[in-house]
Amino acid sequence: MAGQTLFEKIWNQHVVASPDGEATILYIDLHLVHEVTSPQAFDGLRLNGRRVRRPDRTLATADHNVPTDPITTPVNDPVSRRQLEALEENCHEFGITVFPRGHENQGIVHIIGPELGVTQPGMTIVCGDSHTSTHGAFGALAFGIGTSEVEHVLATQTLPQQKAKTMAVTVNGKAPRGVSAKDIVLAIVGRLGTGGGAGHVIEYRGEAITDLSMEGRMTVCNMSIEAGARAGLIAVDDTTIAYLRGRPSVPEGDAFDERALHWRSFTSDEDAVFDAEIVLEASEIVPYVTWGTNPAQVVALDGVVPSPDQFEDPDERNSTERSLAYMGLTPGEPIRSIPVDVVFIGSCTNSRIEDLRAAAAVAQGHLVAAGVRALVVPGSHRVKRQAEEEGLDQIFLAAGFEWREPGCSMCLGMNPDQLGAGQRSASTSNRNFEGRQGRGGRTHLVSPVVAAATAVLGHFASPEDVGA
Amino acid sequence: MKPVRVIEGRAVPLERSDVDTDQIIPSDWLKRVERTGFGRGLFSEWRDDPGFILNDQRYVGANILVAGPRFGTGSSREHAVWALMDYGFAAIVAPSFGDIFRNNSSKQGLVIVHLAQEDVDELTRIVKEDSTRLVLIDVDQMVVEVPETDWQRSFALDPLIRERLLNGWDDIGLTMRREASITAYEARSDAPTLEGVFDDAGHVVAH
Ligand code: SF4
Repeated sequence: MAGQTLFEKIWNQHVVASPDGEATILYIDLHLVHEVTSPQAFDGLRLNGRRVRRPDRTLATADHNVPTDPITTPVNDPVSRRQLEALEENCHEFGITVFPRGHENQGIVHIIGPELGVTQPGMTIVCGDSHTSTHGAFGALAFGIGTSEVEHVLATQTLPQQKAKTMAVTVNGKAPRGVSAKDIVLAIVGRLGTGGGAGHVIEYRGEAITDLSMEGRMTVCNMSIEAGARAGLIAVDDTTIAYLRGRPSVPEGDAFDERALHWRSFTSDEDAVFDAEIVLEASEIVPYVTWGTNPAQVVALDGVVPSPDQFEDPDERNSTERSLAYMGLTPGEPIRSIPVDVVFIGSCTNSRIEDLRAAAAVAQGHLVAAGVRALVVPGSHRVKRQAEEEGLDQIFLAAGFEWREPGCSMCLGMNPDQLGAGQRSASTSNRNFEGRQGRGGRTHLVSPVVAAATAVLGHFASPEDVGA
Repeated sequence: MKPVRVIEGRAVPLERSDVDTDQIIPSDWLKRVERTGFGRGLFSEWRDDPGFILNDQRYVGANILVAGPRFGTGSSREHAVWALMDYGFAAIVAPSFGDIFRNNSSKQGLVIVHLAQEDVDELTRIVKEDSTRLVLIDVDQMVVEVPETDWQRSFALDPLIRERLLNGWDDIGLTMRREASITAYEARSDAPTLEGVFDDAGHVVAH
């Protein structure tokens, strides 16, 4: 019999029941909650007289709506304010730990889980948010769910699930200098397309993946959903264990080593067979920029805006034309010649300490180009504090960047950080959908270092272009 | 949710691919704490355009949406399903769907009709030529047809989803029948919990 994939190992260990002819009931070890997708679920519980089965497996934070102004500034939007209040009220009523705006542990839900050490290998983790795939970097099966499922997990700590198929995405060889985790995942999404991973859980492997820090691995797993996949996974290794050591919710001393030994079992067996497999060569990966309105529409920073004529499929030609019209771009235009209005460094894709260090290293000693607004939004208060201890805030501020309070911010513009109609951004987030960052806004996805260089020069640029 | 057996009505051809859930319901609408009233936000950025198909008088009142490939990708927001249903849609016909969207739809009783691209193209052509055509979706038989023409196609539906749709079953109720198994699982699982990690104010308790 062939060995098991990492996905199968975690799956098998969480089967509560698999009644004949019905979906498997899968146990959920950790349920992360935020203000946007939970209020209707808590209402459902109240309506049906149900309680939260395991408040000790549930953790909540405010992130999507929070303004990133100093926390002394009130939340002016009454609808946002109501939602933030509802999260706190619901958590208090049902006995769930919650980190409201300004709390020392508050931040984007996918940033705080790992940094607090509540995300651990071999777990099943869900959240009413598609980027829950981020936690897969720890060898945990983590996926996004809708509000009905949030209610289901609150009530039962389980989910009825159909087993996903498995896909191995191998990135062979060493990534060239200047190529970041973001570029690796943009290459993968570009290759798979927005639907290529549908129905699958992707396991990322290969030297270019194992070479990544945990921060980089989270960036890669984060965007699994952009290829349509249910989840992303990376096997546990020394890097995983080293990251977890000393985190607030992991044990210490011998207890830690014992846990770590268990964690190390979360890898695919060598003879495991995947339902699908794709291979990329790291040497062919370059810094990318998205040009269109879905994250698979990527082009090299050194390249030009594509032309609809390049596509044979009429559907693709059509959508290229629509994307170009929305983005206000002309085929053949060099990417480097496109000016931007706003640079956003943040989101659960790229707002961890390492991302901020990389961006700061590029920005240091330079000034944001005239007419460009550049925001740095740390992913959490912990990231913010650490960055400030390292003096990164001072580097950004001296260069003319705004240094904000943590939250989702301009990743989706539910708070006041939004693009205006026709404004163009270079953004380290994960989605360039029409209107994602604000109605009529034009989003280009890039890595933190490209974002920083772009802020300095006012058009898309690499760190080398600013002499960094 | 309410049982769904047959959907009968007119269909509107969207003719767009990669309609992500940000397009279906922009994030501005996600601040609400209610489950109702999202219909007004459906495709709100496109509805300002008088040429947008939902603004075409001929298709007003249609309850079946015919779309291009990869409908409902992106964000997990169930608000997309609430918006489509609140607006009046009972079924979506497309060549492929986002996984989470499809899942969310099944919880609310929005019927997902997955057809081959050619079949979606044909249905699009039929309802473009004649916007008054009735379209019939039979969940029990898993068939979609245009009565008075010979156009009829079968579609696949997960047997569990089909049963839930036909009976209007609530998932939580179904799972709670397995309560004893859940309790037994919890007794044998040693997965860590948050017990003792944070104090009442959410601060980390020192080891
Ligand atoms: S940062 Fe963006 S993608 Fe991540 S959870 Fe927040 S809104 Fe979603």
